[in-house]
Amino acid sequence: MSEFETKSDTTSTSRWYELFSRGSRDWLRHNDKVRAAVRERLADLATEPGVLTGNADKRVQVPVRFLEHYRFRLLDPADEYGAGQGEGEPGDELRPAQPGEGEGEKGSGGTGEGGLRFVLEFEADELIDWLWEELALPHLTPKSGGVEEEEYQREGWDKRGARARLDRRRSLKEAIKRRNIQPEGPSFTNEDLRFRQLVRKPHPVTRAAVFFAMDVSSSMTEEERRLSKSFFFWVLQGLRRQYTHIEPVFIAHTVKAWEFPEEEFYRVTAEGGTMASKAFLKALDIVEERYDPSRYNLYLFYASDGENFRDDREKALDALYQLTALTAFSGYVETSHRQRSQLDGETAGLFNDMAEQGRAVDSHVLSDQSDIWEAIRLFFTESATDIDS
Amino acid sequence: MESELRAYIPQIEALAQDQGLDYYPVEFEIVPPAFMLEISIYGLPVRIPHWSFGVRYIYQLVQHRMGHSRVFEVVFPGNPGRAYLANSNSLEENTLVVAHVLGHADFAKNNHLFAQSQEQVGYNIVEQAAAHAGQITRAMELHGVERVEKVLDAALALEQHIDTHLGLHRESYPEYQPQKAEPREHPKDAFRERYEELTNGASPPELASNPEKAPIPPKPEHDLLWFIARYAPDMEDWERDIFLTVREESFYFQPVFACQIMNEGWASYWHARLLREGKFLPSDLYVQAIKTHSDVVRPYAGEHQVALAINPYHLGFSMWEKIIEEKGLAEARRIMSEDDDFGFVRNHLTQEMADELRLFEYKEEHNGRINIETRDINRLREQILAPKFNFGAPRVYVDELRRDGALVLRHDHKTDGRGLDMERAEKVLAYVQSLWRRPVTLFTADRNGDQQILQTS
Repeated sequence: MSEFETKSDTTSTSRWYELFSRGSRDWLRHNDKVRAAVRERLADLATEPGVLTGNADKRVQVPVRFLEHYRFRLLDPADEYGAGQGEGEPGDELRPAQPGEGEGEKGSGGTGEGGLRFVLEFEADELIDWLWEELALPHLTPKSGGVEEEEYQREGWDKRGARARLDRRRSLKEAIKRRNIQPEGPSFTNEDLRFRQLVRKPHPVTRAAVFFAMDVSSSMTEEERRLSKSFFFWVLQGLRRQYTHIEPVFIAHTVKAWEFPEEEFYRVTAEGGTMASKAFLKALDIVEERYDPSRYNLYLFYASDGENFRDDREKALDALYQLTALTAFSGYVETSHRQRSQLDGETAGLFNDMAEQGRAVDSHVLSDQSDIWEAIRLFFTESATDIDS
Repeated sequence: MESELRAYIPQIEALAQDQGLDYYPVEFEIVPPAFMLEISIYGLPVRIPHWSFGVRYIYQLVQHRMGHSRVFEVVFPGNPGRAYLANSNSLEENTLVVAHVLGHADFAKNNHLFAQSQEQVGYNIVEQAAAHAGQITRAMELHGVERVEKVLDAALALEQHIDTHLGLHRESYPEYQPQKAEPREHPKDAFRERYEELTNGASPPELASNPEKAPIPPKPEHDLLWFIARYAPDMEDWERDIFLTVREESFYFQPVFACQIMNEGWASYWHARLLREGKFLPSDLYVQAIKTHSDVVRPYAGEHQVALAINPYHLGFSMWEKIIEEKGLAEARRIMSEDDDFGFVRNHLTQEMADELRLFEYKEEHNGRINIETRDINRLREQILAPKFNFGAPRVYVDELRRDGALVLRHDHKTDGRGLDMERAEKVLAYVQSLWRRPVTLFTADRNGDQQILQTS
């Protein structure tokens, strides 16, 4: 207790126990443990509606239970006996049978504390961090881009320079050295002064360009577009955590393809049929123009309902073959309102073809929110094994 | 309030000593209600930090805000004893509390369980517990919060599993079996007969046997905290220390638990009597204080006429009143010093008293129906005492420490009447295993009494 009492000396009126609450301290520790537990079942959580939607600024409320500190306890007896106090004769009923109770489940199941629920609030941003940490993406070890971003670094000394960069220690050394040779000389001369030099140095930077291509043809329903956008959003959130420099490219296509800025891309709607080749060719053009594959890690994520024109098949295969040669990974998500386990549509065929040819590609169905996380998990762990091998 | 109260304290103490109360000096401290609340949760003013207290804290805080619970006073036995009074109480309430505390202090010095515990644990539990808290905090700095917490998860889960009969400071088990003193009976055989013939009846010398390793434990060991701290094959010393720290606090808590009815009754008897005889108290203060008294010792909450629990203050108070009236104060003091709640209730709660207090045994069926079962005194006594056996915990003991370091625990489900809740038992076993670091096995039973085995690897 003495250590606490010395603390309380700082304020003569308040005692040590007014300065902090041990109960609150242990309660916060409990909450940390709950957070850790939430984190452990994060993948389940991510599939719950409301978590992987919307933007990264918002807060997500997660209902959790109080942790129970377990002890040995006897089984609940079939009939419980106890001692009480009050009027009445043996046999008198103090409380009638409770409807809903019984049937194997006793209302008093817990210690009374273990069963309580409360709500913990998480930053959506924090959840995304955890989600991506959980993936432990070793495969995203980026290739280092070429020369990039020059930074000033200290290097060496000079006899001239700005006063602010005078190195006193170094200058004094010079003076001592000089006076060793000429003991009669002045204590300091201008010749003794040394100034730190700054040099511009190239600094390798890891960078990536990610192509988000979406089919916006009339066959894509509002719900399907929403899912695709949601998927892109979370992929981008994750990749932003991996690369210091990431450049997203948004391509929407029908039988033509257009590049959009991010804000507009999420609002695009269009009419018309589907030619995937247009999107892939557009991506190839942009790579050619802006993203040298030797300096950028390239990714492609493509969302479509899978109903590509049959006539487009040859062109699309050709363009995708060129494109996947350049990308570190390409992922295809097929939106669908019904649950499907197999992807056998026209577009899926294109990607299956690539996979057969050994390209780092994969496909996943996107029929509801929970598929988003599944797809992300598949794609990013998939490309890990590809790179490792 | 405080200065007036401080003026009454020496007068109440003088009166108490006049009435034969015998106690170590008590230091009164007047503190905010938030602090009282924390003391009631931790059991001690400063105690080991652990997240489970945080859960109780929030739970209590909610109850408290809703007005369901209020902590009047907390007193810690010792020399000096330390009493904490809430500054939110009125002068009348705190005057009553001072008298009540003196009753506790008398009890703590004279009851043999308390006396024994203090002799072992020391007379300054408040300071000691603070030192323990410091020890844990330092361990956390040294070994990390997670590792220390793991040890506390296990130790606190087992905090009721001690054996106060064998004492706080214990020797290790003897390493070897005691040599058998009795010469063995040998069946007559040809060799033996011939030998006796040749040596005039002497029997052949016994082969010197190597001393036999004694089994560990030699008999069922209920002090799980001690056993683990002493015999765990792979625990680090600081981990053992934490087990012993928790165990020491349990030795302090055990008599408080085992004497609750007697102790609260005794203190309530004395606060009523001291206030009644304290002529120096203004009469309106006395009236207010006695109102508080009847709130404390009333059997039912609020407007209810029936309670499905027995208020220990009320039961103990009524019993002491009766005992002192019928047998005199000297005899009451003897009972107070020698008994615990088991002896107290079994020997002194009579059918007549139980009828007067309208005590009953009730039965709650699976479907939630509750009815009065009986007012029979024997059933009542056992029902009152049932939650108090074995420090309130199931009887789990160490059966065997195997040669490979495996630990075998057994639950005495026959005495407890039923088996363990398996889900919780499994979790507790996991706590233990994380420190025992060898296989741990637990035998218990299911609802039908059939053996159940839990095993960790």
